[in-house]
Amino acid sequence: MSNFEPRIVAFCCEQSGVPAAEMAKSLKLEMPSDLEFVPVPCSGRIETLQLMKALESGADGVVVFACHEENCRYLQGNRRLKGRVGYAKRLIAGIGWEKERLDVFNLATNDGVKFAELLREKAEQLRPLGPSPGK
Amino acid sequence: MIKAEQKSIEKLLEYLAPYGKIMLAGCGACVTVCQAGGEKDVALLASALRMARQKTGQPLEILEVTPARQCEPEFALELADPIGKVEAVLSVSCGVGVQTLARHFPATMIFPGVNTKFLGETVAHGVWEERCQACGDCLLEKTAGICPIARCAKQLLNGPCGGSSQGKCEIKQETDCAWQLIYDRSKSLGRLHRLTEMIPAKRWGVQSRDSGPRRIVREDLKV
Repeated sequence: MSNFEPRIVAFCCEQSGVPAAEMAKSLKLEMPSDLEFVPVPCSGRIETLQLMKALESGADGVVVFACHEENCRYLQGNRRLKGRVGYAKRLIAGIGWEKERLDVFNLATNDGVKFAELLREKAEQLRPLGPSPGK
Repeated sequence: MIKAEQKSIEKLLEYLAPYGKIMLAGCGACVTVCQAGGEKDVALLASALRMARQKTGQPLEILEVTPARQCEPEFALELADPIGKVEAVLSVSCGVGVQTLARHFPATMIFPGVNTKFLGETVAHGVWEERCQACGDCLLEKTAGICPIARCAKQLLNGPCGGSSQGKCEIKQETDCAWQLIYDRSKSLGRLHRLTEMIPAKRWGVQSRDSGPRRIVREDLKV
C-alpha cells in the first residue's frame, strides 16, 4: 500500500483547466505521476456516465477542473456539471465506494500553481484509500 | 406524461443479489423525459450496479436495452430473444412496462427499478409536477384548463376551501391554491360565469377507482 500511486483521471475544461495545466507544466511544478488529462471544451460537456465509466474502468480518482461559477464561457456549463458530479457522488456513496474518489474544482486560466497543488492534495487523499474497488 | 423516480441503489442491489446476469430494460418514452429510465439512465445505472458488485467480488453482467416503449406488445416482444439469456430483468420503465414484460415473459422475474409517481408536466428543467389523476371524466373545460382533482389538496369541485390564503393552499403553503388559479384564468378568459355552474361529486365507485382495472375497447379497431 505504501508504494501505491493512485491513477487520477482529470477532466479539464479548455477555458480553465487546460491553460492551468499548461502553466503548471511550464513551471515544472510537481504533480502526481499517474495522471490522465481529458480536455473538454466546457465542463458542461461531461456526462455523469463519463465520470462513472472512468471510475468503473479503473481510475482510483476522478477530478474535474471547471471554471468558477459565473465565469462559464457557455453560461451554465459548469453549473450543469456541478449537478452531475453531485448525482454521481450520491450514486458512489450508495454503492459503498469512497466519495473522495470523485471531485470537482473551480479555477481560472492562470491558476497553474493551484492546479498542481489540488492534484497533489487529491493524490494524498487517495493513497490511504488504496486502489479502486473497480480493479 | 408518466413521471417516475428511480428506487434507491441499495434497494436495487437487494433485488439483484441472487443473480449474476440480468437485463436492465429502459423505455424510450415517459421515463426518458423525467430522466429515470431512458437510454442514458440505463447506462448510468448499469455502471453503478457493476461497480457495486465489483466491490463485493460478485460481478454482475448486465445486458442494457431500451426499447421505444415497454408498454406495447410489439416492442416488449422484441426482447424475447435476449430475455432468454438472462436470469432476471430490472425494468426502469413505469409500472405499466414492468407488468407488460411480466405478462409476456411469465418465466422471468421482472423487478421494478422505479417508483411510478404521477401524470405530470415539466414545469422547469429537472422539475415535474402532477397535473392529472386520470379520473376518467375530464372537467377541464369547466375549470379553465386547471384540474382541481390533481391540483387541489382536497379535490374540491366547486371553489376553494376557507383555508385558501394569498393564493396559497393551507395544506401545503408552497402550493398554489388550485381554485385561485381556476378563478384567475377563468376571469382572464371571460369565463367566470362558468364557475357558477355546480359540478356534481365524482362517482368514483362507478366511474373509476373502485372496480378494478379500467378498460377502453374500440370495437372498430379490433381485428
